Amino acid sequence: MYEILIKQEIAPKIFRFVINAPYAARNAKSGQFVIIIPRKNGERIPLTIFDANDNEITIVFQVAGFSTNILSLFNVGDKLEAVLGPLGMPAEIESFGKVVCVGGGVGAAVLYPEIKALKQKGNTIYSIIGAREKSLVILENEIKEFSDKIFITTDDGSYGEKGLVIEPLKRILDSENIDRVIAIGPVIMMKAIAELTKKYNITTIVSLNPIMVDATGMCGACRVEVGGETKFACVDGPEFDAHLVNFDELIHRNNQFKDLERKVFNGT
Amino acid sequence: MELKRVKIKEQEPFERIKNFREVCLGYTEEEAVLEASRCLECGNCVAGCPVQVDIPGFIHLIKEKKFIEAAHKIKETNSLPGICGRVCPQETQCEMFCPIGKQGEAIAIGKLERFVADYEKEKAKTEIPVIKPNNIKIAIVGSGPAGLTCAAELAKKGYSVTIFESLHLPGGVLRYGIPEFRLPREVVEAEINYIKQMGVKIITNVLIGKSLTLQDLWNDGFKSIFIATGAGLPSFMNIPGENLNGIYSANEFLTRNNLMLSYKFPSESDTPIKVTSPVIVVGGGNVAMDATRVAKRLGAEKVILIYRRTEKEMPARDEEILHAKEEGIEFYFLTLPVEFIGDENGWVEKTKCIKMKLGEADASGRRMPVPIPNSEFIIETRTAIVAIGQKPNPLIPKSFPDLKISEKGTIIVDENMMTSISGVFAGGDIVTGAATVILAMEMGRKAADGIDRWIKSHKE
Repeated sequence: MYEILIKQEIAPKIFRFVINAPYAARNAKSGQFVIIIPRKNGERIPLTIFDANDNEITIVFQVAGFSTNILSLFNVGDKLEAVLGPLGMPAEIESFGKVVCVGGGVGAAVLYPEIKALKQKGNTIYSIIGAREKSLVILENEIKEFSDKIFITTDDGSYGEKGLVIEPLKRILDSENIDRVIAIGPVIMMKAIAELTKKYNITTIVSLNPIMVDATGMCGACRVEVGGETKFACVDGPEFDAHLVNFDELIHRNNQFKDLERKVFNGT
Repeated sequence: MELKRVKIKEQEPFERIKNFREVCLGYTEEEAVLEASRCLECGNCVAGCPVQVDIPGFIHLIKEKKFIEAAHKIKETNSLPGICGRVCPQETQCEMFCPIGKQGEAIAIGKLERFVADYEKEKAKTEIPVIKPNNIKIAIVGSGPAGLTCAAELAKKGYSVTIFESLHLPGGVLRYGIPEFRLPREVVEAEINYIKQMGVKIITNVLIGKSLTLQDLWNDGFKSIFIATGAGLPSFMNIPGENLNGIYSANEFLTRNNLMLSYKFPSESDTPIKVTSPVIVVGGGNVAMDATRVAKRLGAEKVILIYRRTEKEMPARDEEILHAKEEGIEFYFLTLPVEFIGDENGWVEKTKCIKMKLGEADASGRRMPVPIPNSEFIIETRTAIVAIGQKPNPLIPKSFPDLKISEKGTIIVDENMMTSISGVFAGGDIVTGAATVILAMEMGRKAADGIDRWIKSHKE
C-alpha cells in the first residue's frame, strides 16, 4: 500500500502524485482530504483529494515547507509511510445556478474536483484562476472543460490579465446575478474575496488549510473561529461560510511553527 | 509481618527532567521476591480488580521465583500486564483492599505485576495460547485498551479479528496520550505484538465512518463489530483568547510529543512542538500531570499547574502529583483562568485568573469551586495547555445514524455491551466517558463475551 504510481511536476514545485491507497479511495468525495505521512516519524500533512478511483487517489501539492519538500522527493515505486482518508466533510454539491469558482495558486487543484462536480450537477460555472506568473498557472485546460467561462490572472501579467483574481470577480459580480462563490487559495486571497462578496451578499464558501495533527477531531490544532464559535476544520470543515470565518486568527495560527520550520528547511 | 514496602528505584528528579526514559526503574528479582513475601495471600484484593487477575496466585509464584509462570497467571485474564502494572490506579483498586494497607503499606501489586511482565519479555519467548480458529470475522474499531483486550479475548475464542486504527500506529491513548516516562513504547509494542501473535490483524490508517462505512464492514463479511474509539474530543474552556497561538489542548500537546515524537525534532522527527516558559497547564487529572511533566522535559523552566479546586479534590493519581512536585512543577490551587491575553502577533502573553473557594458539594460529591469576586490576577504565560478533560469521540456516532447516544455523547449499550444496532457492540471511554485504561479493558472483555454469545445465538 501507499506506493506512488505516477509522479508529475505539473509546474515548478507543484506535483501531481497518483498513490495506491484503497481505504482512502473507496468512499472519497470532492472537497475531502487525506493525511499523508511521507516517511517514518514524518509529519502528518493534510492534502486535498484531487481525484479518486478504485484503489488510487490523486493529489496535487506545492512545495511549501519542510514536509512537502520531503514528499516531493519521493519517486514512482516508492512507498509512503501512511495515507489516511477520506477526511472532513464533502463539499456541498447542489444545483445552485451560477457559481463563480476562484482558485489561487495551488488552490486551483483543490477547486478542480468541485468545479467538475458542480458542472455535472448542471450549474453554470465561471472559473477564475490566479497565479504569481505564467509557469504557475495550473490545470487551465482541465478547468476550462467544465467551465462556461474562464478567467486567468497573473501577478506579473506574464499570462492572462495582470493583477489579482479579485478584479475579474468584481467585474462578474457587477454585471451578473451570481448565486454562489467558491474561493480556495491563500488565506489573504480568501479573506479579500469574503470581504468583497459580503458587500454583494452572495453566499461564499472557502476551504481552509489550518495546521492539523491527527485530522480526525482529536487535537484541536485546526480550530478556527466561525460565526463566533470554535470549529475544528478537520471534521467540521474544511469548507466554511466565508462570511463567518475569522481569517486574521487563521493567519496568526498558521504562523505558529514557521520559525522552527524555516530553521530545518533551510538546513536541508 | 513487614509493614513497609520494598522501596522501588526511580530516576532522580534532576536527572529525569532531562530525558523521556521511564521514571520508575522497577524491582530486581530479589526485591520482587522480598515484596511478594509480605503478601498474606488472602485474596481480598481480587475484588478490586476490574479484570479479576488472580493476584494471590501470581504473587505466590513470585515467592517461588517462578516469574514466567506468574506472568502467564496474569495473562489468563489480562493480556496487557506490563501496561496495567504501570498505569492502573492500584491505590484505588486492588491495593485498596489489601489488609496490610490498614496498618502499613499495601502490597505493591502493580509494581509486582510490571516486574513479572517485564521479566517475561526479557527472559522468555512469549507463549501464545493454543487457538482453534472458527473463521468468523469480527471488526474492532480502535486499538486502545478496550479494543486490544476485546481482540485478545475474541482471538482466544477462535475468532478472526481485524482491528481498524485511524492513526498510523496502534495503541490509542497508550500511544498518543500517556508519555514514555510513564509507559515506555517498548512495553506497549511488546504487548500489542503478543496480541498480533494470537492472530489479530491490525490495519492502521483506516478511519471507520469515513474510510469505511458500517455497511462496508457488513459487506466485507464481518459478522459483528466492536466500537472502542475512546474519549478523544478535547474540551476547551470557551474563554476569550483560547485560540491564541501557543495554546494547545492537552491532546494536541501530548499527541505531538508522544505519537509524533516531537521531542526528537528535528533530528529524528519531522513534527515540531513549541514550548516557551512560563507554561501553564489547566486541569487536575493525570493528563494535566502528564502535560506539565512533558513541558518540563521539553525544557520549560517554569511550569505552573492551575486547578480550580484544592489538591484533595484532584483526580490525578497521588504518585503522579508527587512526581510532578519532585520535578519542580508549581501548583496554583483554587484558581480558574477566565481569559487569555495575547500580543499583537496573536501569541498568548498573559492568563487572567480568578481565585476560587470551595462551596457546596456537587453531584460528584466534590465541593464546587465558586469564584471570589474581584480576586482577578495575571499569570505571565508563553505556552498554555488546556487539560480539562476529553469527551467521547463524535465521529462514529455521527456516521452510524441508528446508533443510540446519550446526552453526553456516549454510546448506549445493554448488559452485553451491545448497542442499539444489532451485532454492533461498544466499550471503553466511548461508553463511559473518559475513564481508566483498566475499566476500558474490563469492558473489552465483557464485550468479547457478549459478542461470542450473540454470534452463537445467531448462527444460521
